[in-house]
Amino acid sequence: MIEALYEVFLSRYNYWMAIILMLIGLYALIAKQNLVKKLIGLNIFQTAIFLFYISFAEVRGGAAPIYLPEGVDALYVNPLPHVLILTAIVVGVSVTAVGLSLIVRIHEEYGVIDEGELLQEMRRR
Amino acid sequence: MTVIDHLPVLLIAIPILASLLILLVGWHDRRFCYPISLITVLSQFGAAIIIFLQVMREGTVAYHLGSWAPPFGIELLIDSFNGFILMVILLLSAATVIYARRSVESEIEPEKTVPFYVLFQLLVTGLVGMTITGDIFNLYVFLEISSIAAYALIASAQKPRAYVASFNYLILGSIAGGFALIGIGNLYVATGTLNMLDLARLLPASYELATVHAAFLFLVIGFSIKAAFFPLHLWLPDAYAESPSAVTVLISTVMSKVSVYALLRIVFSIFTTAYIFTSFPVNDLILFIATVAIIAGAILAIAQDNLKRLLAYSSVSQIGYIMFALGVSNQVALEGGILHILGHALMKGCLFMVAGLIIYRMGTASLKELGGLSKAMPISCAAFALAGASMIGIPPTIGFMSKYYLVLGALEADHWIYAGALLIGSLLAVGYIWRFIEIAYFKDNDHDEGHRQVRAREGPVSMLLPMVVLALLCLFLGIFVEGVMEAVTPAATLLLGGA
Repeated sequence: MIEALYEVFLSRYNYWMAIILMLIGLYALIAKQNLVKKLIGLNIFQTAIFLFYISFAEVRGGAAPIYLPEGVDALYVNPLPHVLILTAIVVGVSVTAVGLSLIVRIHEEYGVIDEGELLQEMRRR
Repeated sequence: MTVIDHLPVLLIAIPILASLLILLVGWHDRRFCYPISLITVLSQFGAAIIIFLQVMREGTVAYHLGSWAPPFGIELLIDSFNGFILMVILLLSAATVIYARRSVESEIEPEKTVPFYVLFQLLVTGLVGMTITGDIFNLYVFLEISSIAAYALIASAQKPRAYVASFNYLILGSIAGGFALIGIGNLYVATGTLNMLDLARLLPASYELATVHAAFLFLVIGFSIKAAFFPLHLWLPDAYAESPSAVTVLISTVMSKVSVYALLRIVFSIFTTAYIFTSFPVNDLILFIATVAIIAGAILAIAQDNLKRLLAYSSVSQIGYIMFALGVSNQVALEGGILHILGHALMKGCLFMVAGLIIYRMGTASLKELGGLSKAMPISCAAFALAGASMIGIPPTIGFMSKYYLVLGALEADHWIYAGALLIGSLLAVGYIWRFIEIAYFKDNDHDEGHRQVRAREGPVSMLLPMVVLALLCLFLGIFVEGVMEAVTPAATLLLGGA
């Protein structure tokens, strides 16, 4: 029983951390009324995916992927996911920037950043 | 190496350079933005035709970026399926650019036109990139480029509601992108490659892994959100109705088609039919949801009072037809589905152009105020009627041909009930198209809104021309459907794993 638990949870705890973070992010996206908090939730969600990628790139005992002279044996950490996530981080930053500027505009137009109040304002006009 | 060999990468590189050029030149004089944009998209369309003819003649065209051989380098891969899609989306982009000029002048503040054309160019870049890439992570990057450009373009309407619509789309679109990213990560964990052909080769060994099932679900749900497949369509009506008319035309025709393309590509080219039939049978579920989408979208469309919103819900219904082909997954149905990608792009492009022109002339798209419109704008109303007939599926339009193939495919697979549901969907389409026709042709409200009628005139040529061309294409491509099928049949065969 304990061993099965260990097998499922502890030996792959990095994935569980990513899943938990992802769900926290999704919860914030769905349940939070404040638009800025929604955007924070989106960021947590995206960060969880980044961590997922970074953690599966890890090779136990692996060295940094730097080219060594011929003949030297070395175990490398997989560098590809890191590069991919660099791209995804740029995407995340851009989405956050666009989202925040939209919130600024919404606040200028309606004077609220709470979703419930925003819906009321929209219905009133 | 001649220029022809480099055309695939030029398709992506030139619009990126053009968007920078527009920004620079626009600083000096913003009148130059439009010609640059027009020339870029037209030359892209020309390049797409050349590549497509090459594919038809010699088979798949592969381009290795930076001469790095796949699976290590990024590969651009154009086969009979995405060559066809590429041509469709660039035809529609070209029509939209021609249409956009006057519409942008009236709906966007003059000092915002430069960023508008820059974003427009980037959106087209992202969509073209999504279509021709052979690398699944590259697909994600282009997806996000096109999405971010689309969020900003929707907000460029400068209306309070447009900001909210854009924000909602941003949240849902980013969740979709995140899901796609998780799916791609799972595929990479299972196979160690990101190249689509390589994935298709390596995946069968791990078809039974939970990792692969999770990847499949994340990718399908992610791209279904982007394609506005029925229960995930909630961002669509607001985004379509509130954005500037030119943007509506582009995202409703090109962007949703490219998302559907990506979905078909992932399901059939990466996971292959072997996976969706035996290892993870989801066909029946997709078929069922697609049927619900067709009917529910049409009913929701009938209930709308705003023309743009009505057409937006009709898009939800029409996406259902394409997903229906995915659910049936036999040769005939897929031919119908791919034909419907072309057909829906043409007719929905035309219908949204008419809606945009009505807003341009009347300042409203509310159906109540459009009584007797056909007297003031006969050409646009005729174009609407023709494209609407195609939407309903009246022979010999292209909409009839694609639905005919879909029904044949469903009957071939013994899905009698679903084939019946398709016909009901067509009947419901009569409901929402007829609402406009009836109001425009048979209803006169001269008594209290006569002053409005006097003001409305037929639109400018640059807006009428693309609209009429698209409407006539709906008719002629339906009559000469054999020529189109020569391109569609190999695409469907390719998806099902044939030559």
